[in-house]
Amino acid sequence: MKKYKWGIALFSAAFILSACATGEEAADTGFGEASAGEDEQSESAEDNEEVVVDEDSIPVGLLHSLSGTMAISETSVRDAVMLAIDEINEDGGVLGKEIVPIVEDGASDEPVFSERASKLLQQDDVAAIFGTWTSASRQAVLPVVEEHNGLLFYPVQYEGMESSPNIFYNGAAPNQQIVPAVEWLFDNVGDSFFLLGSDYVFPRTANQIIQAQLDDLGGEVVREEYTPMGHTDYNTIISHIRDTDPDVIFNTLNGDSNVAFFNQLADAGITSDDVTVLSVSVAEEEIRGIGAEVLEGHLASWNYYQTTDTPENETFVSNFKEAYGEDRVTGDPIEAAYFMVYLWAQAVEEAGSTETDAVREAAAGITFDAPNGPVEIDGDNQHVYKTVRIGEVQSDGQFEEVWNSGEPVKPDPFLENYDWAEAIQ
Amino acid sequence: MSSVAMQIFNGISLGSVLLLVAMGLAITFGLMRVINMAHGDLIMIGAYVTYLMQVIFVQYIPEQFFDWYFILAIPVAFIIVAGIGMLLEFTVIRHLYGRPLDSLLATFGAGLILQQLIRTIFGAPNVGVQSPSFLQGSLEIFGLYLPFSRLFMIGLVIVCLGGLFIYLYRTRQGRRVRAVMQNREMATCMGISSRKVDSLTFAMGAGFAGVAGCTLTLIGPIGPTIGLNYIVDAFMVVVVGGVGALTGTVIGALGIGVFNTFFEYWTNASMGKVLIFALIIAFLQWRPSGLFSMKTRSLD
Repeated sequence: MKKYKWGIALFSAAFILSACATGEEAADTGFGEASAGEDEQSESAEDNEEVVVDEDSIPVGLLHSLSGTMAISETSVRDAVMLAIDEINEDGGVLGKEIVPIVEDGASDEPVFSERASKLLQQDDVAAIFGTWTSASRQAVLPVVEEHNGLLFYPVQYEGMESSPNIFYNGAAPNQQIVPAVEWLFDNVGDSFFLLGSDYVFPRTANQIIQAQLDDLGGEVVREEYTPMGHTDYNTIISHIRDTDPDVIFNTLNGDSNVAFFNQLADAGITSDDVTVLSVSVAEEEIRGIGAEVLEGHLASWNYYQTTDTPENETFVSNFKEAYGEDRVTGDPIEAAYFMVYLWAQAVEEAGSTETDAVREAAAGITFDAPNGPVEIDGDNQHVYKTVRIGEVQSDGQFEEVWNSGEPVKPDPFLENYDWAEAIQ
Repeated sequence: MSSVAMQIFNGISLGSVLLLVAMGLAITFGLMRVINMAHGDLIMIGAYVTYLMQVIFVQYIPEQFFDWYFILAIPVAFIIVAGIGMLLEFTVIRHLYGRPLDSLLATFGAGLILQQLIRTIFGAPNVGVQSPSFLQGSLEIFGLYLPFSRLFMIGLVIVCLGGLFIYLYRTRQGRRVRAVMQNREMATCMGISSRKVDSLTFAMGAGFAGVAGCTLTLIGPIGPTIGLNYIVDAFMVVVVGGVGALTGTVIGALGIGVFNTFFEYWTNASMGKVLIFALIIAFLQWRPSGLFSMKTRSLD
């Protein structure tokens, strides 16, 4: 009996230790109060009273996965939103009021996302929600914001084919990332494509688009392969790559699988000189986990890189590093999360209120000099005009831009301006 | 023809990965009957030990010795993870022998603690490990490309297996281990300290998980949750092979590896997984206790 107690005591000690350590880590991020508060908020609603919301402040919701598999990507995005809110507050806030962030954890779980979203809208009465990453979580929040007539600002590139009046899409639509990349590859690299993706909605829709586009251009898809999420053995796929000998591998793998794929591709002796891999889900943050040496020479298509050469980006990168540490990197979704707060703030100033319909009306045509260059909200579909950039991975894990669209591209989520895309739904 | 040969090699190489992952579990679950859900997280710790070795080498050791970090990481991972396993056995599992469901929950919890510990120390994002230069690239024979990293893993698996067999079947200590696992009461009557044996055996199983983690850095991602990628595969191999039979584990791993690779080659990755699971379910209907089942006189 005595031994049992001893074991339990040791365990609780371990728990307390790890809890303390997490608290310390949160304080180190520079937003100690807000970060430390979030754990308690997600545990019980009563603690929300800590966040003082009075007449001189505007509450906004931050809804990201701070735990679970998506936490890796989404915590950085949360950090970027916090940075923008801090900067705006320092400059006097919005409508002369302070923005108060209320942070909720979506826990990488769709039902939690929709439940937290309704809590933010009903109980906290937030002016806007900044959040979600995966298409599944966005679609879980969509009916909630539509029902309560709230606003969601979404920071990540996605498969398109959606346009809700209550969502502002700040990531790239397919015609701002995938379509120009395919065109560029077809013109500059070769015409036989190997399509490789994780087995879920984004890669399947993306590959449908690519297939239709290549049919139109006169290119060829030599093979289409999907692997389950978290797949780690790519030898068989690599055998197929050898058999079909494509010019280009269009990679829509998501998450950890990229590490396994690129490592094993390099081990098999296939380098970027043999076949070019273009990825749409590998940004600076992911490169650190994959290792720059196996990615060197391969390509990615985004709207922003940490190396993008604009004066706004120089300030953004140095502010981000100052707030969160020298070793942190920025990236496309992080940048989108940052500028979307500014877009919202400007729309609110323009509208003179935080009321959803007024903000939506005022938002059309709002412009901002974002780190990736000028961006503008398209009033028709609530997506954003952005510059498309193709970058090549360098040995230091950063991108060197090899091509850009020269000007912001009009978003076209339903690919209405492309004849070949008619059959895609 | 060459693509079939290539697939056979790929199958063996996947089999060797499965075997590495499952070898530790074949000891903790197979021999000791502890449903060890922390096995995946012990693998994860092994991977992080490798990462740590790399960081130490980059900072403190002259560059020309860099490649040695990996060679050194294998025994270090074994020792450190074995140490953690011993601690785990001493604090938790010792009190739960013969209560499989409780040990399932307790080890699952212990696994979560290990994950959180790593997240706190190293952060949530994945970390990268650079393969040593002598394991990059591949060997070209008869138009086949055999990656050095895969050849190395196959070699390592053979060495580990050989070591384990010699230990279990050719040494005094190994005989004690087998005696305790087969009939605990009888063994204790003969004067064997079952406590000591349990502790050492569990530590050894954990140590092999550490070695697996170390070599997995050559092919896959390293993050706090990678254990989840491998835990199902590991249990699958041990169950198919037959709980308690090391030979079964070896054949099970190779069989699953080769079948999986060919199914995947003929269909696709998602379908390949479905087919292999269907095959395993059908197989377990036919032989519920796996390929090799151990007959003992003890009452379970």
